[in-house]
Amino acid sequence: MAVEYPTATQSGDQTRIHNIGYRSYDGPRLGRSYATRSLYSQSLRGAYGLGRSVKSKVLPMLLFVVMCVPAAIMVAVAVATKAKDLPVDYTRYAIIMQAVISLYVASQAPQSVSRDLRFKTVPLYFSRPIETADYVRAKFAALASALFILTAAPLLVLYVGALLAKLDFADQTKGFAQGLVSVALLSLLFAGLGLVIASVTPRRGFGIAAVIAVLTISYGAVSTLQAIADAQSLGDGGGSSGAIAWIGLFSPVTLIDGVQSAFLGASSAFPGGVGPSSGEGALYVLVTLGLIAASYGLLMRRYRKVGL
Amino acid sequence: MIATESLSKRFPRVTALDRLSVDVGPGVTGLVGANGAGKSTLIKILLGLSPATEGRAEVLGLDVATKGGAIRERVGYMPEHDCLPPDVSATEFVVHMARMSGLPPTAARERTADTLRHVGLYEERYRPIGGYSTGMKQRVKLAQALVHDPQLVFLDEPTNGLDPVGRDEMLGLIRRIHTDFGISVLVTSHLLGELERTCDHVVIIDGGKLLRSSSTTAFTQTTTTLAIEVTDTDDHPDGTRAVRDALHARGVDVLDGSGGLPGAGHILLLTAQGDETYDLVRDVVADLGLGLVRMEQRRHHISEVFTDSEQGSEQSTDAQRKEAVGHGG
Repeated sequence: MAVEYPTATQSGDQTRIHNIGYRSYDGPRLGRSYATRSLYSQSLRGAYGLGRSVKSKVLPMLLFVVMCVPAAIMVAVAVATKAKDLPVDYTRYAIIMQAVISLYVASQAPQSVSRDLRFKTVPLYFSRPIETADYVRAKFAALASALFILTAAPLLVLYVGALLAKLDFADQTKGFAQGLVSVALLSLLFAGLGLVIASVTPRRGFGIAAVIAVLTISYGAVSTLQAIADAQSLGDGGGSSGAIAWIGLFSPVTLIDGVQSAFLGASSAFPGGVGPSSGEGALYVLVTLGLIAASYGLLMRRYRKVGL
Repeated sequence: MIATESLSKRFPRVTALDRLSVDVGPGVTGLVGANGAGKSTLIKILLGLSPATEGRAEVLGLDVATKGGAIRERVGYMPEHDCLPPDVSATEFVVHMARMSGLPPTAARERTADTLRHVGLYEERYRPIGGYSTGMKQRVKLAQALVHDPQLVFLDEPTNGLDPVGRDEMLGLIRRIHTDFGISVLVTSHLLGELERTCDHVVIIDGGKLLRSSSTTAFTQTTTTLAIEVTDTDDHPDGTRAVRDALHARGVDVLDGSGGLPGAGHILLLTAQGDETYDLVRDVVADLGLGLVRMEQRRHHISEVFTDSEQGSEQSTDAQRKEAVGHGG
């Protein structure tokens, strides 16, 4: 070339423009399980709006705060009044806050799966090493973990507060552990139901409405029926307390309530305060685990058809 | 790169692929077919996502029926449809897809920055994808298919929805994927015209059957039609006619270009035999002192190839060429 360009040859000037060109990648490819874990962590972060727009952080963060504030207040009261026990059992807390948890599931389950369906990102996932089962597992685990964080955090606040208030250590630890088992079960159950409902529709609005309907309305209906059964049983001398337990099988919240009052030493929130007997309790556990397994199975079926 | 052997895919009511046997080597290969010809079905099978009813296929020497995962690790895929969530930035999305292909976090970020630069996305890559133009979205889709440095990419209708400039840029980019990046490409389209300029090899399928598989040079030799438009001058008030007569005198037959379209009367069509035809046209126009407004290759519609092969290539009649005018340009 005859023309010479005055390139960056001035002394002291380190600035140069390099045209690197295309560089190929020879590094490691970590494969399917790593990809599944990546999808899990991305979905878990997404469930709290991390890595997404500011707007999508608002609701999950707000709900998280709403979950924790009552616990903090209870702890403050317990410490200030030098109470001998916390005002609320560990196992009871999630049942009281069920509306907030349902709202969280309703907002985040569609966010997790309906978005992928609506914007057709699913085919991109399946054009990569992961399989249907990996996708379902990652999404299920991510939402269940997000729910566990949401429900276990206030329990942790209560526990730490109880220790600060110098309540009995063994007692509190046992209660805390029972509470954790209960919310773990609740997280799995709610995540499963929420995802199954949300995966049916690519429309987020429908998903939100359907999840709220299933979780909250079923709880309302079951509680009402239980209250009626309770009133009638009082009328004829406690004959139909069995009916209360049977009705409780039909909503996710009362299901968890039944399991924990039968096996985790919780006081039941059922009308009359009578939880299911241990025989009925076994049925509660079976139904709960069955529902979790069924959700997983349905999700697998749902996504087997979603190819490219 | 790809080899299929009497590959068939039957659905309850349709046969999507019918005993398709085709060999695709390295380079840029075009897969041409009308809508519903079985292009997407073929890609699905080659990615190991959908089992073939019959026959076998290999990608990069790996059997699609058993080694789907290994194939998908080394192959990139750009779908035809929209696949981008609007509320994340291109960088974030492509990093995530890189990790989904198994790249460690640091490598995923580096490769994303590189790849987005190569497809021509700069500052805008930090903005949410929802605000992108169609052309930019296509680039993001291409970037996610290339980010893990595959050996082969499947591009499903990458020029869909692009304007002519965007189309040319995309085709240039596809060419570079092979020449600069060293990645082989299988690109589908229903327009043969745009593929014959980009690809080394073209495979045409129709109704799930292989219609033709040959290198692009073989194609263009038989199908190139040249369109010419000239100005009028005082010496030659009808420049078009003057050129037609002059070409005729030199032994080149001009096809009837009227085709019933407005303005088509000013366009001359002739069959290019090679470089000498271009030279001849240039000389003729210059001798007459006319201005050459356009001299371009007509884009061929896929149907033309179908009618050609059905009737035998020697009988390509004027009627078909007229049809080509209607579809061309």
